[in-house]
Amino acid sequence: MADTGIGAAVRRKEDFRFLTGKGNYVDDINRPNQAYAYILRSPHAHAMVGKIDTSKAKAAPGVIAVFTGEDIKVGGLPCGWVVKFKDGSPQHEPPHPVLAQGKVRHVGDPVAVVIADMKAQAKDAAELIEVDYQPLPAIPTMEAATKSGAPLLFENVPNNICYDWAIGDEAAVDAIIAKAAHVTKIEIVNNRLVANAMEPRAAIAEYDFGTGEHLLYTTSQNPHAIRLLMGAFVLQLPEHKLRVIAPDVGGGFGSKIFLYAEECILTWASAQVKRPIKWTAERGESFASDAQGRDHVTHAELALDKDGKFLALKVSTQANLGAYLSTFAPAVPTYLYATLLAGTYTTPAIYAEVKAIFTNTVPVDAYRGAGRPEACYVVERIVSKAAQELTIDPAELRRRNFIAKDAYPYQTPVALAYDSGDYFATLDMALKAADYAGFGLRREEAAKHGKLRGIGLASYIEACGVAPSAVAGALGARAGLYEMAEVRVHPTGSITMFTGTHSHGQSHETTFAQVISDRLGVPIENIDVVHGDTAKSAFGMGTYGSRSLPVGGSALVKALDKVVDKGKKIAAHLMEASEADIEFKNGAYTVAGTDKNVPFGAVAFAAYVPHNYPLETLEPGLDETAYYDPKNFTFPSGTHIAEVEIDRDTGEVKLVNLVAADDFGTIVNPMVVEGQVHGGLAQGVGQALLENAVYDAESGQLITGSLMDYCMPRADNLPSFTVGTHVTKCTHNPLGVKGCGEAGAIGAPAAVMNAVVDALNAVGVNDLTMPATPEKVWRAIHRRLAA
Amino acid sequence: MYDFKYQKAASVADAAKVIGADGEAKLVAGGMTLIPTLKQRLAKPSALIDLGGIAELKGIRREGNAIVIGAMTKHVDVANSPEVKSAIPALAELASHIGDPAVRNRGTIGGSIANNDPAADYPSAVVALNATVITNKRKIAADDFFKALFETALGSDEIVTAVSFPIPEKAAYMKFPNPASRYAIVGTFVAKTGGNVRVGVTGAGPCVFRWKEAEAALGKSWNGDALKNLSVKADGLNSDIHASSEYRAHLIGVMARRAVAKAG
Repeated sequence: MADTGIGAAVRRKEDFRFLTGKGNYVDDINRPNQAYAYILRSPHAHAMVGKIDTSKAKAAPGVIAVFTGEDIKVGGLPCGWVVKFKDGSPQHEPPHPVLAQGKVRHVGDPVAVVIADMKAQAKDAAELIEVDYQPLPAIPTMEAATKSGAPLLFENVPNNICYDWAIGDEAAVDAIIAKAAHVTKIEIVNNRLVANAMEPRAAIAEYDFGTGEHLLYTTSQNPHAIRLLMGAFVLQLPEHKLRVIAPDVGGGFGSKIFLYAEECILTWASAQVKRPIKWTAERGESFASDAQGRDHVTHAELALDKDGKFLALKVSTQANLGAYLSTFAPAVPTYLYATLLAGTYTTPAIYAEVKAIFTNTVPVDAYRGAGRPEACYVVERIVSKAAQELTIDPAELRRRNFIAKDAYPYQTPVALAYDSGDYFATLDMALKAADYAGFGLRREEAAKHGKLRGIGLASYIEACGVAPSAVAGALGARAGLYEMAEVRVHPTGSITMFTGTHSHGQSHETTFAQVISDRLGVPIENIDVVHGDTAKSAFGMGTYGSRSLPVGGSALVKALDKVVDKGKKIAAHLMEASEADIEFKNGAYTVAGTDKNVPFGAVAFAAYVPHNYPLETLEPGLDETAYYDPKNFTFPSGTHIAEVEIDRDTGEVKLVNLVAADDFGTIVNPMVVEGQVHGGLAQGVGQALLENAVYDAESGQLITGSLMDYCMPRADNLPSFTVGTHVTKCTHNPLGVKGCGEAGAIGAPAAVMNAVVDALNAVGVNDLTMPATPEKVWRAIHRRLAA
Repeated sequence: MYDFKYQKAASVADAAKVIGADGEAKLVAGGMTLIPTLKQRLAKPSALIDLGGIAELKGIRREGNAIVIGAMTKHVDVANSPEVKSAIPALAELASHIGDPAVRNRGTIGGSIANNDPAADYPSAVVALNATVITNKRKIAADDFFKALFETALGSDEIVTAVSFPIPEKAAYMKFPNPASRYAIVGTFVAKTGGNVRVGVTGAGPCVFRWKEAEAALGKSWNGDALKNLSVKADGLNSDIHASSEYRAHLIGVMARRAVAKAG
């Protein structure tokens, strides 16, 4: 069975349907008598909203209804996490209405919804809505938002500051920095990104008057969380009357975790108009309404002793939250960021403070990596800068400060306890794969052609497998973060597995099937994995934070344990042996020390056709459910190495090599893991070289509001990656897995920018902000040469 | 998009008659700019007159010392044409890098130059090769055709039927693409035809223009080094989040030098 078990590069079960166009995405679904919604959005970044005249729109052809904030009296969008100020008081949590209530706070803020027989009719009618906007000064930047006397987005949020949070002992860190032999300082801008999933968000809501049930199809990474948040907090619908289906979803990258206004508006409105309603975002709406990522400004200082040992790290960050608190936004620049500032190093003292700021921009929330790429970027950039300042080889400086192989469990000064890892192994692997030793010759060769060549490292760590519920709760989460798995063995031995995680590109249908195949000896063709439907999977917290396999996979193992154990009892009965003597391996139960055996399929059959069965002591059926709450986070780690060549005349940066050596613990499907790493690396390169969400500083308009101006990475921006894995198993989950979905986006930006800065060192430039666009690089070179 | 009438023109005369009579009607060639504009509701024409069915507007032929390309010839056909590749390889190469495969299989040379997008590639070649734009009414010299941002010499019922490119001794095009849209941030087309040197610059300004100082210098010495001490003023050049006018001015020189080197 090893050919479809753990470790096999099995071809994806989902490929056939995706590659033949048989996927079933929300926009592919149509319900009888379906109407269409169009959302009228604010053209202003900041404005008071006076009278909204919808009379002409209501009279327009095909229009069924027009609703504004005055009509839709429901709860606001809830926030799932509370972060506290330094003094212990809770964050400011201003209201987040689903349709504007007297004020709009970013371009794209929903103002009204038009529902019509046809999409074009809804859009035509929306043009007839007259909104009395009284524009206010826009404050799209953190600098503008925190200036004294700045206009306020919310009356009761002074200085537009949501919270001012800190971790660590500032005085102790300051004392170490004051006495250190060397202090490296760095200013970091972590550029704002737009997730740009291939599939725009979409929803269909339907209300059944016969049963009183609401049904919502939506592009979500966590349908159960949407049901809970929308049902309990916005619409006051009990779970048993609300079903949420997230069918095939075309990429999320975090942006489809959150509860959005459109989902609530449609669910509410479908009961009002008594028709199913569909809404599909246009790409421009995705830019103006999908939660965006990153957007930090940071000052950091690293104290080192004379031998290059890290003594202390002090980090001060401003995080832009946008106009409202998105679902998990407060956690991203705090518990998913500052807790990772130890990186892979033994830095004994760390202090970090984070000011989270409201601005007139699209809300910011988790985006692939969520806080951890920002932490990795701070740590890995400052480490490379220190290496340059001290003229120590950057690989050597990292090695001097890595946590030792035998030091696990390792308690960092910023709350986390790493369970396992071997940063030396992945560093060595990456150095070898990148031919680090031969770089000097390549640099000389490039110089002969007038090119600047640089190499950059990033030895990242991430906290994945989110999350131990008690820990998350103590840190402000308003949810548990366990996972559920149900293994339903059918009478003839085929299996349907139900998970509360959600696959939107992660290949769960294959990976989970391999775990089952490995354990039960059933070929994966006989196993289906079901996800994305609250009526099918009992519960679940969805997919993000590289949690599906570490948390959902662990729940699956627990459910499989139960199946195997129950099967033992049945097998013992069938073979007239003691349960204690029954062993299960290679798909069959045997009596130890004999040649008696009964295959798994026969046990399943007996469970459902219990003619010869211990009915007095055992229920029929073979269907087991398990919940798993992780004991700790998992800690994937590794080293990424980038090599770039810069054209001095144009400033163009060409990424010529990118190597990733990762430790994800046990690998279930190496091909799937490689695919996840490739995608993450491409996004990381995108952040470093190409992507940037730019708002006009005066008007707050999103200048990069389309793919004509927002630069997504394309194949010709990327070299052929070299990826490999080294395995140290996670010590606290049954599979030993750590998660692989975010690593590429975490390590690559720092590696690429370290390479860019390394190349620019030749002309005296020692810092540059992301993205390293041609003009920015050209200016850096020429300002320096002119000076 | 808003509602409009659609009409497939049977002939150039037929199309000219409709747009002459209806100032709100628009001609559609490949539609690579017009259709996205309509989808974004940025234009509300009364009618679209489709030129796609007029056979006489398509095709590439050699006429003496010129290559004549029909207005409705797609970029992909220019890129792959044996006539163009052997006579003016720089033009075929330019066409092969316009947009993406979908654009190249729909977009046309006539549509491109009639639209006169400041970042389109073709205008630089038309100017640098001193081409003649042939319409249903007259022949227009390249220097007289491109007037201003999205503005040409075409009259209200005038339709481009073909472009005639004199065959140069040497020519090359170098484009510095916008990383997101892949339009030209700066595109420089250099050509030496009958001993005359012309340099057409697109992307950098509101409208394609000739860099006459470079033409003079290259006329004396066909060598990139001849441009080393020349610079273009940034005043009046385009400036956006991708490239400031100063950077564009600099890139004109870089792209021109590289184009001369590429032309050999």
